[in-house]
Amino acid sequence: MAESLQDLLNRLAPLLVDGSPHAMALGFTLEGLGPGNAQMRAPYREDLVGDPETGVLHGGVVTALLDHACGIAAFSGLGANDTPATLDLRIDYMRPAEPGKDVVAEAECVRAHGLIAFVRAIAHDGDESDPVASAQAAFMVTRPSSEAAAKARKAIETGQMS
Amino acid sequence: MSEALIETLLAAPYVAKFGIRFERKGDELTGVLPYAEHLVGNPLVPALHGGAVGAFLEVIASATLLASQPLARLPKPIDVAVDYLRPARPEDVYARAFIGRAGARVANIRAEAWQARRDAPVASLHGHFLIKPAG
Repeated sequence: MAESLQDLLNRLAPLLVDGSPHAMALGFTLEGLGPGNAQMRAPYREDLVGDPETGVLHGGVVTALLDHACGIAAFSGLGANDTPATLDLRIDYMRPAEPGKDVVAEAECVRAHGLIAFVRAIAHDGDESDPVASAQAAFMVTRPSSEAAAKARKAIETGQMS
Repeated sequence: MSEALIETLLAAPYVAKFGIRFERKGDELTGVLPYAEHLVGNPLVPALHGGAVGAFLEVIASATLLASQPLARLPKPIDVAVDYLRPARPEDVYARAFIGRAGARVANIRAEAWQARRDAPVASLHGHFLIKPAG
């Protein structure tokens, strides 16, 4: 029987964060992954603080978290065949994240067709109804170099980065 | 010029972790994000993480506001929109920001990041920051 999208996603899930050195450096963890949606957590860490006076996480952590979560939702929304590149990412920073609290991004691919995927996401620090930030992003499957395409095919097939 | 706050910005753990620095000519700042493996988002391409480049653009936007006038505290982003124009290669990234308008509370700002060629930007940002002029 052919592998379902959810089975494929379950198999690739570890790769989608661990395979990205920047996501690893920021300590992101994937908490949920389904067809066209992704939930990802950024831990509160002293070394990711942006304003030492307030202890608030740097906006860049939220930017990277939203970009990564949106990218995974787009990847899933497009059928988990190709790794899409971010075309644009627009973020509203609604309030500072509370010092000491992790930030969670919930991303949903609202439309994926052909090469393009549109994603919306929010980031919150515990209460979904009181978000820290919201984001809207567009992704596109770009034509990779033949070398990158071969590596990506192999990664999807084997579930290993190299 | 908000000298002390530029130092605060650079000393913030997140900014220091990624080694962001500025090259200054008067009130003009060029940001440098030195290449390191932990900036890579997708090792298959390989390309730097969009979030790392976006965050770097936010930092240079803040710093440019601080260099332009005395402010009482660090600028806070209200909203940003980042366009990704090319994959960022595993090399150093540079960025410069341009103030559209800085009022009494809010500043409109654009920024551009590039690598080997200044005329081939890898990403651009436009956004609004909350500011508090000193005095």
